[in-house]
Amino acid sequence: MSGFNGRSYPGLVGMLDGRKRRNLALSIVAVIVITVFLYMAQNGFILDAYGVRILRLCAVYSICALSLNLIQGYTGQFSLGSAGFMALGAYVTSILSMTDANREAVYYLKPMAPWLMKIHLDYGIALILGGVLAGLVALLIGIPVLRLKGDYLSIATLGFSEIIRIVLNNAQSISNGATGLKNIDPTANIWWCFCALVLVLLFMTRLFHSSYGRAFLAIRDDEVAAEAMGISIFKHKMMAFVASAVIAGIGGGLMASVLGAVTPVLFRHMMSYDILLIMVLGGTGTMTGALLGGFIYIIAKEALRFMDSGFAIGFIQVPAIAGLRMVMFSVLLMIVVLFYHKGLSGGKEFSWDRLFGFPKKIAARFSKKSEKAGAGK
Amino acid sequence: MSVLRTEHVTMRFGGVTAVDDLNLHVEKGEIVAVIGPNGAGKTTAFNQITGVYTPTEGKIFLEPVNSSQEVDITGMRPDKIVSMGIARTFQNIRLFSKQTVLDNVLIAQHLHVKSTLPGAIFYWPNYCKEEKAMREKAMHLLERVGLADNCGDLATSLPYGLQRRLEIARALATNPKLLLLDEPAAGMNPTETLELTHFVREIRDEFQLTILLIEHHMQIIMDISDRIYVLEFGKTIADGVPAEIQNNQRVIDAYLGVVEDA
Amino acid sequence: MLTLVQQLINGLTLGCLFGLVAIGYTMVYGILLLINFAHCDIFMMSMYFAFYSISVFYLPWYVSLVLAILGTALLGVLLERVAYRPLRTAPRTSVLISAVGSSYLLENLGIVLFGAVAKSFPTVDYLQEMVTIAGLRIQRLAFFVIITMIVLVGALLYIVNKTKVGIAMRAVSRDFETSKLMGVNINLTISITFAIGSGLAAVGGFMWGLRYPQITPLVGAMPGLKCFIAAVIGGIGSIKGAIMGGLILGVMEIMIVYLFPSASGYRDVFAFIALILILCIKPTGLFGEELSDKA
Repeated sequence: MSGFNGRSYPGLVGMLDGRKRRNLALSIVAVIVITVFLYMAQNGFILDAYGVRILRLCAVYSICALSLNLIQGYTGQFSLGSAGFMALGAYVTSILSMTDANREAVYYLKPMAPWLMKIHLDYGIALILGGVLAGLVALLIGIPVLRLKGDYLSIATLGFSEIIRIVLNNAQSISNGATGLKNIDPTANIWWCFCALVLVLLFMTRLFHSSYGRAFLAIRDDEVAAEAMGISIFKHKMMAFVASAVIAGIGGGLMASVLGAVTPVLFRHMMSYDILLIMVLGGTGTMTGALLGGFIYIIAKEALRFMDSGFAIGFIQVPAIAGLRMVMFSVLLMIVVLFYHKGLSGGKEFSWDRLFGFPKKIAARFSKKSEKAGAGK
Repeated sequence: MSVLRTEHVTMRFGGVTAVDDLNLHVEKGEIVAVIGPNGAGKTTAFNQITGVYTPTEGKIFLEPVNSSQEVDITGMRPDKIVSMGIARTFQNIRLFSKQTVLDNVLIAQHLHVKSTLPGAIFYWPNYCKEEKAMREKAMHLLERVGLADNCGDLATSLPYGLQRRLEIARALATNPKLLLLDEPAAGMNPTETLELTHFVREIRDEFQLTILLIEHHMQIIMDISDRIYVLEFGKTIADGVPAEIQNNQRVIDAYLGVVEDA
Repeated sequence: MLTLVQQLINGLTLGCLFGLVAIGYTMVYGILLLINFAHCDIFMMSMYFAFYSISVFYLPWYVSLVLAILGTALLGVLLERVAYRPLRTAPRTSVLISAVGSSYLLENLGIVLFGAVAKSFPTVDYLQEMVTIAGLRIQRLAFFVIITMIVLVGALLYIVNKTKVGIAMRAVSRDFETSKLMGVNINLTISITFAIGSGLAAVGGFMWGLRYPQITPLVGAMPGLKCFIAAVIGGIGSIKGAIMGGLILGVMEIMIVYLFPSASGYRDVFAFIALILILCIKPTGLFGEELSDKA
């Protein structure tokens, strides 16, 4: 059996058997614990509605960070279009799944376009369509841009995101303009969000165990060499870009349902930057990182809400400064980029062995330090 | 018929003519060397043959894998040319540094994968068969170059000489008919160089290859090659069997003297 | 006819502003091969510098302009020192992430320091006065912008082509390593590049504020995007190209809105379409040179 990266240790299999069995057992226990936790959360045993909402957002943001990771962390193409694809997914999903009564209530300035009024879809189908549309748009952007070398993708995707926002702002009869949408189908409960997250994780794990995933990684590592090994750069970049856009679109569709209301302003370039922050914070190029980043960022953002509304440190009263949280997060992003570019995951995927090895590693480092100090004397 | 043939191939960058009217041909099973001082246009010629550059003038013809019909490959995309049967190594080793030794060889087989992306993701039987075959072939190649035990190591953790071998194994994994080696002996000690000479001959016979190589190392060139082309400032100043080249006064003036300093 | 000419001048003015900011993008890209995403926020900061020195410290506008230029140039140099210099040997994507991170930081910092609510840029009566020439009523600002642009670009081209600093800049953009070996002070050269680019952005920012007086911490994003597109259209790395690209984009935007008023909501879309077109037709831009750095 070979693990991630096709690593295999034929001689060690026998020795590792016990440890493998332990890891399998731990994994099963973890899955059960998480499922029970989610079940209880969903049914209001542990968390209140607010907590459940945060939990759902964590999953959604992780999905979006995974989507960015696919194109940037694994394929090495710098895209800043997350917000645009998410906006597409969010609007398509919300518009198509909205009930007639809600449509009338929401589109009060200008009624919805008649052709659109005729379309009613289940949330699930609308969600998939949102992803598909995001993928199609990615295909259209990719055709001119992905043929070029260099960083044009970043500026083209950033530009495209802004365009999407402008169109949403102006197409009153389709998107309800700057007022945005509300009363969005609230179907995406914990199960939806976490199932989607697990599916995306499975998809990416399978992808990067396959020949296609290896080709993506090859492009990231050395484009010239990859091409010299017969990999069609354009085709594979396109695959990664479209797949990433589909995932972002689905993430957006889920997000709209969790939030209940969306406006074009939500999908400013700051949203793309947020997703980038999550990915970098967690560790670029690892799925563990995207998960860590997503959960920590969203929870910390909520937990630190007090920073924006004034707080006291001992006797010192800090006045309310809106946006202080985000300054802190952006400083954190810069620190990670400059000093810990591997992020929280350390550039490696989670495994039980690494988890159990962690205390030992720290102890080893500590003893080394004290040894050095001793030698210094 | 020749496996590879170039007709009046020329490459100009601005005012500089890097390759000037190159006419070479490589016959099936031959080992042909291209030599010349630094900046003579050898690597540029390689880059034209492999599609990195499109020649300013001239045509390149290849007899593709499983065919005896010559095909014009001038200006084709590099990956297309690889699929027609030309593989290469790089002067300054370009392995996929963050991948394992095994993955490096697997990546080079990707161009032959017939399954689609969904097929690969959903474990469709065809893909599983392909993946299994790819792994077997990769391990076979690694055994052949003596790297089977290192298959789980990071490519860049290998010593220099082994990295060169891995690059050759990776090139072989694309199933080439013609192998281009860009200074395969660069940075090797005499023992390693000697080993390499044998190794190149062996793989030529074993994989029924035709080999075109750039090299500075005179000993290798004289040992290994059936014919030699000598370039200077982009122009071909001599070609022939090693004995002829060794005694060609122009070559001695232009090149052989320089090697002593290198 | 008169309105057409008036709109054309309008477009040229806007184009000059685009050009001034685009120079910053193009120079940094030329030297570091980096899209300086934070440049648009440096542009935004320059507007706030000018805003505060006029509205809070009651300084005359020309003094404020100079202060804004100095402050912004300093900010640009600081940005390079903190966010880009430590990553000079890091992979390209890390530097790009750092650029985005800096942009993110500056925008969030802007929100904390200046508030998220729009502020109105002070008026400068002298510049905003209407003058009538041959029946055309034009803001004095338009002339000021065009003349400033010509003078500044002339000076810049002189610096780049004739002075020692300029030669160093061109050398570094051609070949980083070799210039280092030849004794060019790379760090100083790059700092000067950032100072010049940011200073020009400040000039652009000041006049942008007079034209579009609503300023918020996110005000730089859209102009920044357009200016980068202008640099790409002109050929990234080329100063003349940046100006030409800016003028093309500026005139195009104003003219399309003038000819098709119903499309005015989508005015920001045109630049993007122009980008896609130029990337399809001539990716090196109108004045860009073919560079091959493969294999």
